Amino acid sequence: MKRLLAPLPIALLTGLFALFALLVYGLVAGGAERRAGESSQLTEGSSAPALTLPLLSGRGRRSLADYRGKVVVLNFWASWCEPCRDESPLLERWHERIEKDGGAVLGVNVLDVSDDARAFAAKYGLRYPLLRDRDGRTLKDFEVAGQPWTFVIGRDGRITAVRRGPVDDAFLREEVLPLTGSAS
Amino acid sequence: MRRALLAALIAALVVAPAAAACPKTSVGDLEDEVQCLECGVPLQLATESPQANRERALIGRLVDSCASKDEIKDRLVAEFGPRVLTTPDDDGFDVAAWVVPVAALLAGAVAIGLTARRWRSRRDGAEPAPAADGGRLDADIERYDL
Repeated sequence: MKRLLAPLPIALLTGLFALFALLVYGLVAGGAERRAGESSQLTEGSSAPALTLPLLSGRGRRSLADYRGKVVVLNFWASWCEPCRDESPLLERWHERIEKDGGAVLGVNVLDVSDDARAFAAKYGLRYPLLRDRDGRTLKDFEVAGQPWTFVIGRDGRITAVRRGPVDDAFLREEVLPLTGSAS
Repeated sequence: MRRALLAALIAALVVAPAAAACPKTSVGDLEDEVQCLECGVPLQLATESPQANRERALIGRLVDSCASKDEIKDRLVAEFGPRVLTTPDDDGFDVAAWVVPVAALLAGAVAIGLTARRWRSRRDGAEPAPAADGGRLDADIERYDL
């Protein structure tokens, strides 16, 4: 017992414990990362993950839960993403179109320079709510692998459609109008 | 008039060294310390990514405005979060990433030193075999014809 309490065994045991803890941490963290990178489980019918982010304007925060009971077109975009330039004016028109029927377009700006993102929003006259995800942590939650990427979320919070790539008028007409109950 | 000249001279003396030290860093100098968040590799390897190019453009603007390397890194962290840096920060909890390996090396060196000293002192202090043991050994060697 006396031998075990000597400084050398204590130092060695501490070192071994630290290395073991580091190994466990590496395995757990790596495993979580791998699971996040694995193939998509988030498809039509899944509940939309929780999302709370600051507004791009810097004035307050907004959550997906704030839109419960509404039809939400959730669009992940960035100012450096070329196809986003084409679809943004379309999304703005659709926001205006569905707002009165309990619908909304919600933009999530990811991995972007805030000034560039604000300049983009001003250039294309975007007035729908724009959230800012500076380090892209919501991309993992929503299993988004590129920009643009759009989800249509029903009034019950379930995903009803996913578009990997830019949306077009036909997609929005087909996926959003039946949910808002608007005439086509 | 004389006062104005003196003020201009002082201003020139103060401003000139600052101007001479600008730019304080370069985009290339930061490319291995900054991560392309979209592609998950250092910026210097992300030659095609538009997101990396946007980061490069921001760094370029900051270099032109005479920001120091640390100031640029701080701005990048403010824009993209701490994950944008390839190396851990040198304050807060991140210091552990620098301190722990050094401490582990030192602890290992101390442990080896202590073990070697103990081993050597044990060897130096080892008693010679008693004469009776030596006699028994000789007898065994003879008996087994070794």
